[in-house]
Amino acid sequence: MIRPDADTLLEIVDLHARVEDKPILKGVNLTIKAGEIHAVMGRNGSGKSTLSKVLAGHPAYTVTGGSVRYRGADLLNLEPEQRARLGLFLGFQYPVEIPGVSNLEFLRVSTNARRMEKGEEELDTFAFEDLVRERLQVVQMDPAFLERSVNEGFSGGEKKRNEILQMALLDPLVAILDETDSGLDIDALRIVAGGVNHLASPENATLLITHYQRLLDVITPDYVHVMAGGRILRTGGKELALELEDRGYDWVDQELAVLEVA
Amino acid sequence: MSSSTSVGDLVSQPYKYGFVTDIETDKIDKGLSEDVVRLISSKKDEPQFLLDFRLRAYQQWLRMEEPDWAALRHPPIDYQEMIYYAAPRQQEKKASLDEVDPKLLETFEKLGIPLSEQKRLSNVAVDAVFDSVSIATTYREKLAEHGVIFCSISEAVKDHPELIERYLGTVVPSNDNFFAALNSAVFSDGSFVFIPKGVKCPMELSTYFRINSGDTGQFERTLIVAEEGASVSYLEGCTAPMFDTNQLHAAVVELVALDDASIKYSTVQNWYAGDENGVGGIYNFVTKRGHCRGDRSHISWTQVETGSAITWKYPSCVLQGAHSVGEFYSVALTNNRQQADTGTKMVHVGPHTRSTIVSKGISAGHSSNSYRGLVQIGPKARGARNYSQCDSMLIGDQAAANTYPYIRSQQPEASVEHEASTCRISADQLFYLQSRGIGFEEAVSMMVSGFCRDVFNQLPMEFAAEADKLLALKLEGSVG
Ligand SMILES: Nc1ncnc2c1ncn2[C@@H]1O[C@H](COP(=O)(O)OP(=O)(O)O)[C@@H](O)[C@H]1O
Ligand SMILES: [Mg+2]
Repeated sequence: MIRPDADTLLEIVDLHARVEDKPILKGVNLTIKAGEIHAVMGRNGSGKSTLSKVLAGHPAYTVTGGSVRYRGADLLNLEPEQRARLGLFLGFQYPVEIPGVSNLEFLRVSTNARRMEKGEEELDTFAFEDLVRERLQVVQMDPAFLERSVNEGFSGGEKKRNEILQMALLDPLVAILDETDSGLDIDALRIVAGGVNHLASPENATLLITHYQRLLDVITPDYVHVMAGGRILRTGGKELALELEDRGYDWVDQELAVLEVA
Repeated sequence: MSSSTSVGDLVSQPYKYGFVTDIETDKIDKGLSEDVVRLISSKKDEPQFLLDFRLRAYQQWLRMEEPDWAALRHPPIDYQEMIYYAAPRQQEKKASLDEVDPKLLETFEKLGIPLSEQKRLSNVAVDAVFDSVSIATTYREKLAEHGVIFCSISEAVKDHPELIERYLGTVVPSNDNFFAALNSAVFSDGSFVFIPKGVKCPMELSTYFRINSGDTGQFERTLIVAEEGASVSYLEGCTAPMFDTNQLHAAVVELVALDDASIKYSTVQNWYAGDENGVGGIYNFVTKRGHCRGDRSHISWTQVETGSAITWKYPSCVLQGAHSVGEFYSVALTNNRQQADTGTKMVHVGPHTRSTIVSKGISAGHSSNSYRGLVQIGPKARGARNYSQCDSMLIGDQAAANTYPYIRSQQPEASVEHEASTCRISADQLFYLQSRGIGFEEAVSMMVSGFCRDVFNQLPMEFAAEADKLLALKLEGSVG
């Protein structure tokens, strides 16, 4: 939902980043306001995951230029855990497995870290258990997953649902979902998309990274951005996604080639 | 990697027990000879049988050589440069704790081991050993009401010589190995526990070892005997000041379990480990062995090894009684330049004996951490079973982990199962936890304690949380 008077949550200006010695982001500009849903599309390797990890503060990526403001303050000098506590959420394309760490305990510690930042009281194990059981319904997840180690032995779809469960618990202001839809069958996609829609509100914003129109059929974006060669090449409304589906990415490649020669 | 905190830094928390207590000590001259052995024995006013035991051990030691099969590297130890006896200068062991030198009480207080009546740990009796001697044992009267003897081994030699003569050296003979022989010749003090037939010890027993002197070797000796149907849980803790020289610690622990008896022995070892360049720290060469002498007896070793520059230690069980059970649960953490070669021996002698080995090695920094274990099944051990699990966790990319499992079976029907795994804490796992609001150090400690859970679950309740905190401390600043 686009509202001209909405607060700006995230403001990315001319962001450059590299991994090891390889420049990947080459000037990303993007502004996200409360209540909005943005979709970022683009070929594999165009830098979508890199953008999401730079925003979340992954130590492997070095910012070499530009700025990111989150609710008016500099985001890039914060530790990843501070960003998360302040309400920035990244749903990973490939959630890692963490053997030995109980999913329930992990969810409780992270939920409490976020709650404390918001000035809410810490939940003890019993109170947390009530909360988590309620939020499990958002993703229709079996409580048995709480007893396992974080993501260990979860199927691809189960991992993605666990990501959305975390999102439901952490109540983020800006949620970046990196290909949360890939690898999901139709039913799982519907559940995950339903969860995202359920959590969207006029106070928060969502940035969906996806390849597929099928996700955007269920979650209607306010803006669609096309990423190529480490920048956002074109921005439009939801029609842009349909156009990509029709015409493919060849025209994007051509535009990028022109840009890179210039 | 450009993270502001790195996995590599997280293990290097300053050692908070590194202070020295300024107290007058009675030390003998450095060096080892037959005269020194006689002097130690006479200072302790020992009976002839014990002097004979020491002298025999000394002669055996002279003919032995330091073992060289462990994956450990250190400059040669000069046994003539060491002092073999140091004791805080106070008269007779005090009848009441209130008469113990306040400086000593303060030292233990600072170490988190309050000895004074009002502040004692409830339900844990403590024997406090400072350098070569035991300075206090709490709750003795209460234990005596149950017939439990818990005192320093020197006192036991005086008050219960017949028990010492009957059991000392019967589990670890004085010629067992180089360090055991040395200990048998010069041991100064340690703890003695005797649980009579049918008695379940009403509280946790614990010994706290404190090395204070910089030039003194520590050679304590512990003997625990559980008679038929008796049971006891015992915990050992240790710290030492920071010196830039190395101190030798060569202890011997012997456990004897008769029919249906059970002994649970837990260690939280936090000797000074040396600095990040490997200067200083304790050389820990320890022989620990339990003898399941009786049928259905049970001995369980749990160890959390976090300190020492060098650890050479293989708490073992000789499973002689039919249906006896031996267990070994270990967490060994090494950081910086620490080296650990540790594991266990399970010697199945009797029929239907069972053993379980769970070893968790964590190596960070430039350290080296080896598990070395032997499962031996003798010809009479019909139906013997062993299960071993050895897991290694690497933090950073400079640390080494090795596993040396040896299996020798003379029983075709015995069942021996061995599982091993190695994992590394990856930057992506840490980032995942961080991106959910969990601080970097808490993230590491969550992963490490998850890895160690099977072992921590074996520790007495009061100490499980301690162990968790200790590991977190030791890992602070080490991941990257
Ligand atoms: N950790 C990394 N190490 C080396 N190269 C990387 C790393 N992460 C991303 N890249 C490279 O950066 C480019 C963009 O990758 P990515 O951001 O994952 O793209 P997308 O998510 O759009 O598929 C690719 O060429 C990829 O190989
Ligand atoms: Mg990607």
